[in-house]
Amino acid sequence: MLSLELAHEGHEVTIIEMNPSALRRLGRDHKCRVVIGSGLDSDVLESAGIQEADAFFALTRGDNTNLMSAQIAKLRYRVAKVCVKVADPRRAEAYRNLGYFCITPSALTAGMMRDWILGREYEKIDTYNKLSDVLKS
Amino acid sequence: MYLIIVGGGNVGLQLAKRLLQNGHEVLVVERDPQTANRLATQIGEENVTLGDGCEMATQQDCGFGRADVVIAVTGEDEDNLIVCQMAKTVWSVKRALARINDPSHEEIFKQVGIDETVSATGIIYSMLEQQITPDVLIPVGTLARGDHEVVEVELGPRSKAVGKRRSELDLPNGTHIVWFYREQFGGHTVDDQTTFAVGDTLVAIVPRASAEALRRKLAPPVT
Repeated sequence: MLSLELAHEGHEVTIIEMNPSALRRLGRDHKCRVVIGSGLDSDVLESAGIQEADAFFALTRGDNTNLMSAQIAKLRYRVAKVCVKVADPRRAEAYRNLGYFCITPSALTAGMMRDWILGREYEKIDTYNKLSDVLKS
Repeated sequence: MYLIIVGGGNVGLQLAKRLLQNGHEVLVVERDPQTANRLATQIGEENVTLGDGCEMATQQDCGFGRADVVIAVTGEDEDNLIVCQMAKTVWSVKRALARINDPSHEEIFKQVGIDETVSATGIIYSMLEQQITPDVLIPVGTLARGDHEVVEVELGPRSKAVGKRRSELDLPNGTHIVWFYREQFGGHTVDDQTTFAVGDTLVAIVPRASAEALRRKLAPPVT
């Protein structure tokens, strides 16, 4: 969905995907380039053009896979903006402390639902991310 | 010492056995219930815990905070990387060792500050390579936070070291040939008067940056 949105806005988007059948959900006329392979594999990352990338999103189901590939993008390829999906709130916080922009979908969703039902204004992402503090106690 | 091993496969099991025999306190963290059960019967259930070693709650329960060493030996490099990184950054564990399955990942482990790694695939590959073409350096281990390598090489007939004394070899700076093995002669330490022959197996310590220069000297590539 993110790929389609960004491509729709006129940005150049490349998707790295291990499983070709997962790409059916993109539909037929998407404008994204697709590279089949693992986001931990430098050859794959380079053929996706990571050296020229302005931003890198690590959004697989594996927290550790995302954290490792995000670190490869930032440390080895010096990508300016790196975003990591981390389902585990505490792991996300540990890597936020190391300077990574981590999104925890459950915290984000829970926070937005709370604000919706209570009729509040929606907050910034960082505020929702900190929601996970409750879970740590 | 208190050592935590994340990953209870074959590597983790054998490692735990040895460390327990040497009198250390060992805890193996394994997330698959069946594997954890099997482990418990082999090394005692007090030395095994069922859980995901990448999760902070598990790490807390296992006592990462008081561990002297954390060793990550799962089959997944991403898990090993995160375990070691969290051990160091969250729990201030002094030594975190990782098994690397894909040798191309060595660089990122170094970049995030995990210097002590073992790449079994890399070592096996070098050994197989030596079976196919003799005269290659086999990395045996790393020293000094990865700045130096311990390497082994069997001298082939094309090696520039054959027939020379150690003092006559123009070795890269910081390189020390420390030991050699010769058929029917056994293993010996090397001094400046040692003269090398075809078939000698040498063990040397070399700064990582000079390994290639040493290889060219001792084991010239097939042309």
